[in-house]
Amino acid sequence: MIRLQEISKHFGPLHVLQGVSADIPEGSVTALIGPSGSGKSTLLRCVNLLEIPEAGTLTMGTETMQFRGTTPPIDAVLRMRRQTGMVFQNFQLFPHRSVIENVMEGLVTVLRWPRAKAVERAMALLEKVDMAHKAQEWPATLSGGQQQRVAIARALAPSPRVLLCDEPTSALDPSLATEVIQVLRVLAEEGMTMLMATHDLRLAASIGQQVIFLDGGRIIEAGTPDALFNHPTQAETRTFVASLSDA
Amino acid sequence: MPETTATLIPAWLQLMADSFWPLLYAGLKFTVPLTLISFAAGLVLAFLVALVRLFGPAPLVWLVRFYVWLIRGTPLLVQLFVIFYGLPSVGVVLDPLPAALIGFTLNVGAYNSEVIRAAIESISKGQWEAAYSLSMTRAQALRRTVMPQAARVAVPPLSNSFISLVKDTSLAAVLTVPEIFQAAQRIAAVTYEPLVLYLEAAMIYLAFSSVLTALQARLEKRYGQHAMFAGKLR
Repeated sequence: MIRLQEISKHFGPLHVLQGVSADIPEGSVTALIGPSGSGKSTLLRCVNLLEIPEAGTLTMGTETMQFRGTTPPIDAVLRMRRQTGMVFQNFQLFPHRSVIENVMEGLVTVLRWPRAKAVERAMALLEKVDMAHKAQEWPATLSGGQQQRVAIARALAPSPRVLLCDEPTSALDPSLATEVIQVLRVLAEEGMTMLMATHDLRLAASIGQQVIFLDGGRIIEAGTPDALFNHPTQAETRTFVASLSDA
Repeated sequence: MPETTATLIPAWLQLMADSFWPLLYAGLKFTVPLTLISFAAGLVLAFLVALVRLFGPAPLVWLVRFYVWLIRGTPLLVQLFVIFYGLPSVGVVLDPLPAALIGFTLNVGAYNSEVIRAAIESISKGQWEAAYSLSMTRAQALRRTVMPQAARVAVPPLSNSFISLVKDTSLAAVLTVPEIFQAAQRIAAVTYEPLVLYLEAAMIYLAFSSVLTALQARLEKRYGQHAMFAGKLR
């Protein structure tokens, strides 16, 4: 279980997260939806501590961290972060490393795996995202969809407890988005815990078991995709869902 | 009169040939080590200064900014005079070569700290975050992710600075370091042929710089490899 309790965060005068509490059950997929600026990306980044919340509590497995407005010690941050993997909107592959080296990077540099073992694990993951044939290529030679699949393999390599996806398909055209959604669906079916911020209704509805609607730094409504998309109880949710299906 | 022309042309050629080895020797014995050592030491200094400016505590940041401001704002020739001729007044007596090494190192450090800082800053925040998301520490992210990419950005301006340094080492002549230019001066003083000697010295500097320019091209190719495959560099 990943538990967020009363997570609060400001950017300057802007109160981006106003006491957000949510339980992310393990083995399932939770989608964060909401308009731009609603705080969904920030919430995601609070889970792996790329943003440090000012107040609230974050629990992941046996680790708990309470935020009191100070920077937590780096070893505690790293302990928490090691339970997460992250996929970015713009992929952020390391351009100076080949595809397989990208996937090996966390294993070799952080976990200090021997190279041969890391190569084996990286190849297995590249097979899984159907990118094994590009193992020796440079990232810059790949399409966006291919880069994102490699990025997913890179995030999975250190066996995280949860995969955080920040708008994983937003930088892709529909056909490339489909191949990325395919990969995420397979992971979801295998029971990978995922938390994703997305604008992609198709992504949220097709692989999410839980959908959380954020607006103005608060959770407005949470529930199954069917409940949220077809029978929203809150006016804001209804407006937002309508705007998504219009687009 | 054919005899006169016949003896006149070989006279300066002969002088050039005679002085070539002393000048080249001065280059290999002093110019090259002076350049290599002060550039290497200067780069280490520049890297440390850049790290302080980017990540250091405020008092240290002010200290290194003062250093960069001071060195960049004063002529190298004056700095060399202060170190070699000025410091003995306060009891710091340095031999010519160490004095020149210190002066050049401080210069390389100041100018290139800005180059390295800018190169590090040119790497997107997203790359740092990708490294952090793999649980890298800041040192690991810097070493594994940011510096290799920043190096590619920094190679052309660093090479420029290196080539400038080769030529700037001629200023060591005023500290009595017997490098190329000093050797040329000495021979010119006894042969009364300044044009021949100084042109010859210039040619040797030109040859050294040309070799370095060729090396620069190779370095850029090496560090630009990943971009080149995407057709960005060519």
